[in-house]
Amino acid sequence: MSAEPISGADIVIKALVDQGVDVVFGYPGGAVLPIYDALFKQNALRHILVRHEQGAVHAAEGYARSTGRVGVVLVTSGPGATNAVTGLTDALMDSVPIVCLTGQVPTHLIGNDAFQEADTTGITRPCTKHNYLVKDVRDLSRMIHEAFYVAKSGRPGPVVIDLPKDVLFALGPYSHPEDARHKSYRPQVIPDQARVAQAVEMITAAKKPLFYGGGGLINSGAEACAGFTEVVRRTDAPCTLTLMGLGAFPAADPHFLGMVGMHGTYEANMAMHDCDLLIAVGARFDDRVTGRLNAFSPGSKKIHIDIDPSSINKNVRVDLPIVGDVGQVMAAMLETSPRAGAGLDRSEWWRHIEEWRAQDCLRYDRSCRGVIKPQYAIERLYALTRGHDVYVTTEVGQHQMWAAQFFKFDKPHHWMTSGGLGTMGYGLPAAIGVQIAHPEALVVDIAGEASILMNIQEMSTVAQYRLPVKLFILNNQYMGMVRQWQELLHGGRYSESYTAALPDFVKLAEAFGANGRRIENPAEMDDAISWMLKTPGAVILDVAVDPKENCFPMIPSGAAHNEMLLGPKDEAEQPVSEEGMVLV
Amino acid sequence: MNGLERHTIAVLVDNEPGILARVVGLFSGRGYNIESLTVAEVDRRNSLSRITIVTSGTRMIIEQIKAQLQRLVPVHKVLDLTDEGPFVEREMMLIKVEGKGDVRIEALRLADIFRARVVDSTIESFVFELTGSAEKLNAFIALMEPLGLVEISRTGAVAISRGTTSL
Repeated sequence: MSAEPISGADIVIKALVDQGVDVVFGYPGGAVLPIYDALFKQNALRHILVRHEQGAVHAAEGYARSTGRVGVVLVTSGPGATNAVTGLTDALMDSVPIVCLTGQVPTHLIGNDAFQEADTTGITRPCTKHNYLVKDVRDLSRMIHEAFYVAKSGRPGPVVIDLPKDVLFALGPYSHPEDARHKSYRPQVIPDQARVAQAVEMITAAKKPLFYGGGGLINSGAEACAGFTEVVRRTDAPCTLTLMGLGAFPAADPHFLGMVGMHGTYEANMAMHDCDLLIAVGARFDDRVTGRLNAFSPGSKKIHIDIDPSSINKNVRVDLPIVGDVGQVMAAMLETSPRAGAGLDRSEWWRHIEEWRAQDCLRYDRSCRGVIKPQYAIERLYALTRGHDVYVTTEVGQHQMWAAQFFKFDKPHHWMTSGGLGTMGYGLPAAIGVQIAHPEALVVDIAGEASILMNIQEMSTVAQYRLPVKLFILNNQYMGMVRQWQELLHGGRYSESYTAALPDFVKLAEAFGANGRRIENPAEMDDAISWMLKTPGAVILDVAVDPKENCFPMIPSGAAHNEMLLGPKDEAEQPVSEEGMVLV
Repeated sequence: MNGLERHTIAVLVDNEPGILARVVGLFSGRGYNIESLTVAEVDRRNSLSRITIVTSGTRMIIEQIKAQLQRLVPVHKVLDLTDEGPFVEREMMLIKVEGKGDVRIEALRLADIFRARVVDSTIESFVFELTGSAEKLNAFIALMEPLGLVEISRTGAVAISRGTTSL
């Protein structure tokens, strides 16, 4: 305890600094003015002023996911808090550690429908890992320290601390982080050794094993990813990753089959269907991954390694659950497992996989002259950014799937996308957060023209902090994924999915003091990307792409992994089932 | 594996604002069943409350419910009494019956058989207090129905394991 009582607002600043926070993403308002006043008087914390509270949370997510640290958000009461809800839900679904401080009306006004009052803890209860309403300044520092502990331990997630204005003015004691220990929350991180040994035995005995890694690996950190990579190589098993897991295993490694799931590769999905042992590592058998559940990987035994016991047996029954931090489990496996390839013969399995690979499922029509294929745009972006330390964020839709398919990641923490919630408008504010955390790095938001408009106001934030983020817009004039589903499922009735009045993105860039360029011809592609990379400051590159291009391969809703559509021809032959229609 | 099972689950939680909303929100948000739910502080010194939930679902859902409850930050312990061996489950009910003459006498006689206590009485009514299993309470309600039953208030189940084991 510090001797002198200090104001609640000063306690907030002190607690954040003691937690190692260097940057806060926020937007001021009446209820949080005392904190903004305290911010004004200090130099330890940097505040990034966003233009909408949703942007603040996504920026903090970008910061958190690219650094492995907790992202911090500061917003006011009422609309400030409700605007943050989408971001908080996004962080919950994708397990991103966030601490979000919300202002609240003074305690004596709570429940009176006061100006800018909202029941923030009530509203955010289902979209946070935990939340606090601080009613007494004496609880304040403990609750903040607890919030950081909860946000980053176990399966990470967002935590809200609701701060009534009178508590921020009140004087109270400050306690240090080391004095705070949570009463009950102790996630299990160390795995059961016997189960690890059993898993190693099962992997050694399997003829057709497959590793399926997810975002849990990224959350566990670079060391966990390195451990996972070593386990995969040592057991000579193929490996696939979820959308959230990209970067956990080097894409260039021949053991990598590409992404799994609805728009995953043919080889990854076929391997998942045909394997005899599936080892899920920090992944949660999401419906985008499993396809039709009763046809999911029917012949396999399943091992599920996850820090969250509630993820186990939720969608898919597994034979061997291992609860623990995936990094710890990987380390334990490496200790127990035999040296590389000892006595393993996977040649038959690899022969099958090579047959699937030979399908070349990501092929697209390269013959089109005069029209830019979106896949080509990303391929060129990938090729021309080699040699840069490049971080990629995305919005949500077709462009996101093409980015996941065609941009290859060799390291964790370089790929930021909204997976679970599928939040359009995520990419630009996330890119801001990444760029703040890595000022020297190249940060590209691969966007669609519809998604980018959802948080386009953040261009103003980009301008204010002179952030050199590059917006790479694949402009097909449609909400492309909506259009694709309407084509596949609704008889080509493109209800409201065409954007008739798009802005001139070049002028829009210029309006925000950035550079803009539009290209419509594939011949200009390389030159435009090179121009984007060497232009200092923020850039919007508006790439007019084929408006009719669909994202393949695709497992239609309600279908199994071995019922993939590989291209437009399959689409015509296999209409989506009626059960599939009602699924999302 | 698809059969519905009824489970009584005891949950020890920090007695803090919003904890009940958290538990109830978990059930409604994920579409789980609540047959009954009771809550009260059981340890004042450590500020702990005990929630008893009676729920039903497939085995997979029951396992999910327990894992999801365990995941709530203020939850200390989750115990599936149905799985963990013999336990005692009781519910209390207050039941009001209106009537005169013979039916009134019959109600009182039946109450005696069920060991219900009269906790309030007027010339035309009784309030009985009855404790027991849900089945016993249901049986008593069925008997009171033709005898002038007007109002029921039930607590929902509380439960505790038999023997020396504790939560």
